[in-house]
Amino acid sequence: MSTTTDHPTPDTGGLAPDPAVAPTRKAGTRKVPTILAVVTLLLGLRLLTTSRSGDTTFRLAVDSDFAKLPDAVLPSSATAWIMLVVCLALTAEAVRRMLARSHQPLWLPIVFALAWMLGFLSWEAAGSRISIVSLLAGAIALAIPLVFGALGGVLGERAGVVNIAIDGQLLFGAFAASITASLTGSPWAGLVAATVAGALIALVLGLFAITYFVDQVIVGVVLNVLVVGLTNFLFRQVLTPNAESLNSPERMRALPIPLLGDIPLIGPIFFRQPALVYVLYVIVALVAWSLYRTRWGLRVRAVGEHPKAADTVGIKVNRTRYRTILLAGAIAGLGGAYYSLVSVSGFNREMTGGAGYIALAAVIFGKWDPIRATLAALLFGFAQNLAGVLSSIGAQIPPQLLLSLPYVITIFAVAGLVGRSRPPAADGVPYRQQ
Amino acid sequence: MRLVLRGITKRFGSVVANDSISLTVEPGEIHCLLGENGAGKSTLMNVLYGLYRADEGEIELDGVVQHFTGPGDAMAAGIGMVHQHFMLIPVFTVAENVMLGNETTGLAGSLDLEAASARVTEISERFGFHVDPDALVEDLPVGVQQRVEIIKALSRDAELLVFDEPTAVLTPQETDELMEIMRQLKEAGKAIVFITHKLREVREVADRITVIRLGKVVGEADPKASNAELASMMVGRPVELVVHKDEPRLGADALVVKDLRVVDAAGHTHVDGLSFTIRAGEVLAVAGVQGNGQTELTEALLGLQDDVHGSIELDGVELVGRSTRKILDAGVGFIPEDRQVDGLVPGFTIAENLMLNRSFRSPFVKNGSLRISALRDFAEKKLKEYDVRARDIDSLAANLSGGNQQKVVVARELSRELRLLVAAQPTRGVDVGSIEFIHKQIVATRDSGIPVLVVSTELDEVVALADRIMVLYRGKVVGVVPADTPRQTLGLMMTGERPKDLKDVVA
Repeated sequence: MSTTTDHPTPDTGGLAPDPAVAPTRKAGTRKVPTILAVVTLLLGLRLLTTSRSGDTTFRLAVDSDFAKLPDAVLPSSATAWIMLVVCLALTAEAVRRMLARSHQPLWLPIVFALAWMLGFLSWEAAGSRISIVSLLAGAIALAIPLVFGALGGVLGERAGVVNIAIDGQLLFGAFAASITASLTGSPWAGLVAATVAGALIALVLGLFAITYFVDQVIVGVVLNVLVVGLTNFLFRQVLTPNAESLNSPERMRALPIPLLGDIPLIGPIFFRQPALVYVLYVIVALVAWSLYRTRWGLRVRAVGEHPKAADTVGIKVNRTRYRTILLAGAIAGLGGAYYSLVSVSGFNREMTGGAGYIALAAVIFGKWDPIRATLAALLFGFAQNLAGVLSSIGAQIPPQLLLSLPYVITIFAVAGLVGRSRPPAADGVPYRQQ
Repeated sequence: MRLVLRGITKRFGSVVANDSISLTVEPGEIHCLLGENGAGKSTLMNVLYGLYRADEGEIELDGVVQHFTGPGDAMAAGIGMVHQHFMLIPVFTVAENVMLGNETTGLAGSLDLEAASARVTEISERFGFHVDPDALVEDLPVGVQQRVEIIKALSRDAELLVFDEPTAVLTPQETDELMEIMRQLKEAGKAIVFITHKLREVREVADRITVIRLGKVVGEADPKASNAELASMMVGRPVELVVHKDEPRLGADALVVKDLRVVDAAGHTHVDGLSFTIRAGEVLAVAGVQGNGQTELTEALLGLQDDVHGSIELDGVELVGRSTRKILDAGVGFIPEDRQVDGLVPGFTIAENLMLNRSFRSPFVKNGSLRISALRDFAEKKLKEYDVRARDIDSLAANLSGGNQQKVVVARELSRELRLLVAAQPTRGVDVGSIEFIHKQIVATRDSGIPVLVVSTELDEVVALADRIMVLYRGKVVGVVPADTPRQTLGLMMTGERPKDLKDVVA
C-alpha cells in the first residue's frame, strides 16, 4: 500500500474545540490561612503562659507637637485578649475563603497584622508607656538605607542585572560620603561622592556581568567582600590616624517641613527628617513613575524581560543595562551616605551590618516593584526597630530572640507571603549579541 | 518597495552560511524562500534585518544601497520581520509591545499609551486582525501573538515584510488565516518574503519561489511545479514523497489496552476509557487535533503519568503500575513529541545522548563506570547508519538541526531489542530529507514484526504510515478505520462525529 505525504490536508483547524484544561489555582491558597493560624497560635500561647495586669499607654504625640493628640490608655490584658479574638476571627475567615476556593483579599493580612501588633504590644508593654511615634519614626530611620538599596536592586534586576553588590554600594557610599564631607565641610558634597562611589561599584559589576558574561551573583558577592576588605583597611590605615580631618563630617540635621511637619502623628514620623530622606521620597516617586510610565522605563523593562526582542526593535541592550545599573548603584550609594552622615557622623567599619542583603530580600518580597519594595523595606525596618523598642520597655522576651526578629520576619516574608512572584525573565542572564 | 540582494556572503568561522546569494523581491509580490532547515534562509534574513553583518555583498532598497548597523536601521528603512520565535515581551500589553523602540512620548518622556492603542486598533481593523491593544501578550493564543508581530512591523510603516517560518507554531486553521493575511498585505502593495520548508504552503501563496540549498541559491521554481520537483530542488536529489510499504505481515496481538483512563493532577480526565489492540508487525496511527489526549496516552504507555486506570498489556505483561525504567526494560521504545524537552539533553554530546535509555547497565556501563570505548564505537556506528550530519560524536545535541536531533533520538530508540515502538510526532519540525529517512525506519521496524503506535497531528503522516487509523476526540475513540479512509471522513471524525455507516476495522 502506498500513499503520498503531500496532499492538501482537509481543514481540521477550528473544528474540534481543544478540551483545554482550565488552569486551577491549587498552590498558594493554603498559605495565608496557615500563616495566620500559626501567628495567632503564638500570640495565644504567649497570652496563656504569661500573665499581665494594669494598663498600657500608647503615646501618639511628641512634646514638640503643635497640636497634641491625647495618649490612648488601654487595659493591657483585656485589649490583648480582644485582639486575639479578632485574630482568630480573621483566621477563620481566611480558612472559610480557602475552603470556598475564593480569593484571599489583601486587607485580610493587613488588618490581621494591625490587630495582632496592637494585642501583642499592649500585652508586652503592660504597666508602661509605648510611643507610637518613636516606634514608627525609628522604623523609618532604620528603613531609609534599606529603601535606597532596594530601589537600586529593583532597577538593576528590572534591566536584567542581578545587583547583589547592594551592600558593597551602601558601604562604599558611606565611606566616600564621610571622607568627602569631612574634607569639604559640606554634607551635600558627601552625598554627591556617595552616588559616585555607588556607581563605581556598579560599573565594576557591569564590566564583569555585562561585558564579560561572568556569573552575576558571584561578581556581586565578591564585590561586597572586596568593599568590606578595602574599607576596613583604609579605615585602619588612613581614617583612624587622621580622624579629625578625614572622618568627622558634619551631621545632617533634621529639617522639619513647615505645615506638613505639624500634622499630628504623621508629621513627626515623615516630615521632620533630614534632607536626604526627602530626597528619597522624590526618588521613590520618580522611579515608580518612570519605570511604568516613560519610554526609559519601558525600555529598561524590555531589556530585562526579553533582551533579544528589545534588540530587534533597535534598542541597544547592553548600553541600556549599563546605564540602568549605574543609576541603580548611584541610588544605593546615596543610601550609604545615610549611615555616615545621618545615623552617626563618620564612617565605621562594616557599618551597614549586611543591610544590602536585607534590601535584596525586600526586592524579592516587593516583587521587583519600586513601591512594593519600598513597603517591604519599611516592614523590615519596623521589625528591627520593634526589637529595640521591646527590649527598651523591658519586655520579658529573651534578647537573642528579639535580635533575630528582623531576620525571622525577612525569611517569613520572602518564603511565605510573597505568593507567586515572577522575576524579570532575563534577570541575571547576560546578553550576547551575534 | 523593491529589494535587491547582491552577492550576500556570510561566514561563521569556517562555515559559509550564505554563499554569494542574490535575490530580487518586487512590491506586491509574495516571494518564497524555500530550503531545508539549516540551508541558510534565516541567516540571510538576519543579514537583511541588520542582526548579522554580511561579509560580502550589498543590500539595495528602491535602488539605494543600505548599510545597516542594527535592526533599528533596517526598520527605519521600511523592513519588518515576523520572527519564528516571536520577539514579543510576554508581560507587556499588545500596545506596549507595538510601541517599544518606537514610542510616542509626551512630557518628560512619558508614554502616550492611548496613541499606541489607537494605532494598534487602526491597523487591526484595517486588516481584520481582531487584536485587543490592552491584552497581555502572554494571554493570547499563538496565532494572535503572530498578528501582534505583524502589527508591530506595520506600525513602523514597513513596506517589506519578512515571515520567518511563520507556520511552524500554528494550527492548520491559523495557517490558513495567515495565508489570507499575507494575500491581503500583498494586495496593499507590500513586498513579502516568506521563508518556509513546507511545500503545500509555498504552492498556495507564492508568486515566485527561490530555492536555497547549503547556503546557495540553486534556482527559481515555478509555483505550479509539482511537490516532487520542489522537494528534489530543495534536497538536491530525488526525494520520495511516497512511503513505500508492503502489506503488513501480522502476528499475534501484542499490545492490548483495555479501558484506559488517565487523570491529571487537577482531576481532569484526558484519556477516557480507551481500548485498542495492536498486532505484531502493524502500525496503528492515532489521528486527532492536538490536545485530545494523545500526549497523555503515550505518556501513560511509558509510565510517565501518575493517575492511570485500566490495563496495558504488552505480550501478556501488565505495564500499568510499573516504573518507567521497568517499562523501558520490557522493550518499549519511545520517540517523544518534544525532542528538546523529553528526547535529548541539549548540553550532552551525541554519544551521551545515545546511551540515555541504557544508562545503568550493559553495554555502556560496567560496575558503575562508563565503558567509554564501547559507547564511542556504538556512537560512531549509529552516526553513519542514521546519517546524522554532525562534525563528530562529541558535538553537542543542542548544536544540531532539528532533523539531525530527531535522528539521534530515533537511532537511540531503535538500537535495542524492542517489543513496542511508540512514536509521537516523529517528524515535527524536521526537514524533508530527514522525514523520508525517519518514515523508512518506522516502516522497517514494523516489518521486523514489532507493533508500532504512531501519534501525529499531521494527517499526511498518519495516512502515510498507518495500517489502521484510530481517531481520538476528547480522550475517546471516535472510530478505528482503514488507512485508505477518505480525508474528508477523517477530518469529520476528528471533530468527534462518527459517520453512521462506519464500521470499525479489527486487525
